[in-house]
Amino acid sequence: MDNSLTPRSNDLGLTAAAKANAPIESQEAKSFAKQLQGFWVTFITMFKKVNTVEYPEVKEPTAERFHGRHQLNRYDDGLEKCIGCELCAWACPADAILVEGESNTEEERFSPGERYGKVYQINYLRCVFCGLCIEACPTRALTMTNGYELADESRAKLIFEKEDLMAPLKAGMLQPPHPMAPGKTHIDYYRGDIKGGSNG
Amino acid sequence: MTPEQALLETQAAVEMITVVIDGFEVTVPKGTLVIRAAEKLGIQIPRFCDHPLLEPAGACRQCLVDIEINGRAFPKPQASCTIPVENNMIVKTQLTSPVAEKAQAGIMEFLLINHPLDCPVCDKGGECPLQNQAMSAGRPESRFEGVKRTFEKPVSISSQVLLDRERCVLCARCTRFSEQIAGDPFITLIERGALQQVGIYEEDPFESYYSGNTVQICPVGALTGASYRFRARPFDLVSVDSACEHCASGCAMRTDIRRGKTLRRLAGDDSSVNEEWNCDKGRWAFKYLTSRERVASPMIRGEDGELHEASWPEAIAFAAAGLKGKRAGVLVGGRATVEDAYGYSKFARVALGTNDIDFRSRPHSDEESSFLSSVVLGLKTTYKDIDKADQVVLLGFEPEEESPIVFLRIYKQLRKRALAVISDAPVASRGSVKLKAQLVSDISSISGLTSKSVILVGERLGEKVGALSAAVDLAEKSGAKLAWIPRRAGERGAIASGAIATLLPGGRPVSQASARVDVAAAWAVDSLPANPGRSTSEILHALIVNNLDAVVIGGVDPLDISNTALSQLLNSFVVSLEITHSAVTAVADVVLPVAAVIEKSGSFQDWQGSARTFEKAIADSLSRSDVRILSMIADEMGTPINLPTVAATAREIAALGNWDGAAISFEKTSTVKTLATEEKMNLTSWRLLLDLGTLQDGETNLAGTARKATARISKTKAEKLGVNEGELISISSDLGSLKLPVEISEMSDNEIWVPRNSIDSQVIANLGFVNGQVTVVKA
Repeated sequence: MDNSLTPRSNDLGLTAAAKANAPIESQEAKSFAKQLQGFWVTFITMFKKVNTVEYPEVKEPTAERFHGRHQLNRYDDGLEKCIGCELCAWACPADAILVEGESNTEEERFSPGERYGKVYQINYLRCVFCGLCIEACPTRALTMTNGYELADESRAKLIFEKEDLMAPLKAGMLQPPHPMAPGKTHIDYYRGDIKGGSNG
Repeated sequence: MTPEQALLETQAAVEMITVVIDGFEVTVPKGTLVIRAAEKLGIQIPRFCDHPLLEPAGACRQCLVDIEINGRAFPKPQASCTIPVENNMIVKTQLTSPVAEKAQAGIMEFLLINHPLDCPVCDKGGECPLQNQAMSAGRPESRFEGVKRTFEKPVSISSQVLLDRERCVLCARCTRFSEQIAGDPFITLIERGALQQVGIYEEDPFESYYSGNTVQICPVGALTGASYRFRARPFDLVSVDSACEHCASGCAMRTDIRRGKTLRRLAGDDSSVNEEWNCDKGRWAFKYLTSRERVASPMIRGEDGELHEASWPEAIAFAAAGLKGKRAGVLVGGRATVEDAYGYSKFARVALGTNDIDFRSRPHSDEESSFLSSVVLGLKTTYKDIDKADQVVLLGFEPEEESPIVFLRIYKQLRKRALAVISDAPVASRGSVKLKAQLVSDISSISGLTSKSVILVGERLGEKVGALSAAVDLAEKSGAKLAWIPRRAGERGAIASGAIATLLPGGRPVSQASARVDVAAAWAVDSLPANPGRSTSEILHALIVNNLDAVVIGGVDPLDISNTALSQLLNSFVVSLEITHSAVTAVADVVLPVAAVIEKSGSFQDWQGSARTFEKAIADSLSRSDVRILSMIADEMGTPINLPTVAATAREIAALGNWDGAAISFEKTSTVKTLATEEKMNLTSWRLLLDLGTLQDGETNLAGTARKATARISKTKAEKLGVNEGELISISSDLGSLKLPVEISEMSDNEIWVPRNSIDSQVIANLGFVNGQVTVVKA
């Protein structure tokens, strides 16, 4: 009858084993001085400079090469660097990137050369921020920013589309589609010989 | 002959030679190339220009090996793709000979000097032999410091093939294919040295029906298909083996799917049928799948006369209510798979209780019905018979236009051993010119056929009274092998499945009670209808004279039958099972969407009668095969046909087997001579491969290479009409007319030929018939 009232032990005898192996502790009461010494650490820490910041009101810069959110870069006139080659998707160990290429036409040009990325998605639920995509990119179209604020309330919102990833237009840049700079070819773009907007 | 005897015979005929490659002995037939003998051992010698189905060229020099015969070594490494094996030959490949290895590395370096580093934008990237071999045999760093040769890119050598000349390694696979396999030498290597490039003749673009194969065999990304350009990478694609739905040649295909969307189709490898080739229609005509005209959901015609979307149960119930207890017929188009045709056949007999079923959505005759139900299923002629034939006779059949792989087979033998080809066409098509066909005006005038000759009969022969009888006579008289080659993929399977009034599945004649009892027992029904059924045109006629109330139509274009067919459907209850909206769905009372080939499993029977099975390529497609939908309607009508899936249907077909009783005999018809009058001309027409066919919808790149519609008349006739080449003439019948530019050809003065279903030349719609008397004047 007694047994039925005792709660069944579920520690599988671990407590007993731990006790058996534990170093023999001094059974003497801790001295008051020892306790003071402990509280002193706490007390002194109160006056030390803290490591944490009041996020999100205060934000510390990350390390310079921190792997954060991706960005799709532009040439200086605003044309996209991405050629839709899918090498990033190929390199990705987490299968987080989806790219679909398309042909540029004379009427509708998004990047120098023949090909551009029409669909570009990065799934941040999958991305492990390893940076292999950046290494794979043959045109330096894809780079990583230091942005780390990648939390949201739905899965769908964490699949970033091309427009979420494109670098913002800087002064002198024109929103594609627009033609290449007069007399220039995709080679000139690739070599970095393009400065400023193509249409004035 | 048993297989053992056959083997002995071939062994006796061919001398075998033993060679040593990398220390291993291998015995191969005399004439085998070293590179092929090495393959047999599993030793892969790198190569670009070598292709087992093309003549050796030795163009790329990548396959260099060290060779020694009778103890005497060649002073330099030799191209293993051009040297046949010989006795006492010792071959050392890159695996055992440092000389061969260095030679191959050197060639790779040469090839890469001018090859651009544009793999990221090249469609071949990821499945590129050059990329792969550069990785395995190339240098990590280039030693070349000059400027690479560049060309303007890409050049469209036709509306569907693009050429990036700087990527070309000058292997000449494409030019050899065009010349040796397709017989269309429209591309060739031009210029010399570093500027050598693939070029086209300016006045003759690369408008070959087989141009897609050059894209497939190009070992680099020099030739790419316009419709697949920049669409995907190999790792995006799921490849599924499939069969081609476009004609009765029966090509094996590979369908590449990306995220539920077909991006490209390639020729599959089947040495007994298409070898490794296919035609451009099979390769590129698949956009109809994603057409905006696709029927998305079941539709019911409401009180207001418009089609409204409905749920499946509603639409099935509506169709069943409209068919139950009514006199109804069934029209099955040529796109039906064997399983679907079986479903239609069983549905007509069990659920509708009628033999009014016909798969022929084209002009037809009673003579043809008799031919189809008595002769066709017994025909055993195959591609191999063409390979061995003494002569090939083409009757009512243009292989290049109507069954392109049959053309390739005949052309192969023509090149190899000058096979004699005879055709009954009134004018030489481009295919006939390539085949050097001898044109005869009358089937009875053909003589000198042997038992190893092959007579290929096309579906159009049935349009001429007595012609099928004459063809059968010819075959019986000479002992030549007969074959019937329909244009559409589903036709032979439809006959075998009993989608014709006179036959039950397995070739069982409706007229024989034992055959009906046989099938009734298998289907677990009391009896099957015994009254003779109607043909397509009779069914359509019965609809307007109120002998029939309703009709079930699957995949029929009314303009393929007659220009009145559509109006004949207007006042009856029409159930349409269709892929895309069409003329039939426009008048149908219920429209039920069905799956296209890529979205379902099933099988076709090619013209040889062999099954071409295919699996569903788009795994998560919601579209259903015709047979499943028919089964649901039959359930709703209370007369179940129990064919819930394609697999179950295939099992039932296999269990039922073929008829082993006597076949019905062919009732021959005598030929009727049509007398041309002075003012009228005899019109002949056939379809071109690339035309206005429904399954080619939406593929503009492909349509760009379609041959231009012209009316072909003789020189004397043109002079009489006062027209020059290229000037318009007007061709008219009692029902209408059409205008076409003249092409002066060698033909009889009272004959005129026009394409049957091309732009500006839809013969049935414009003239009301396909063969007949027309008035021709200068327009």
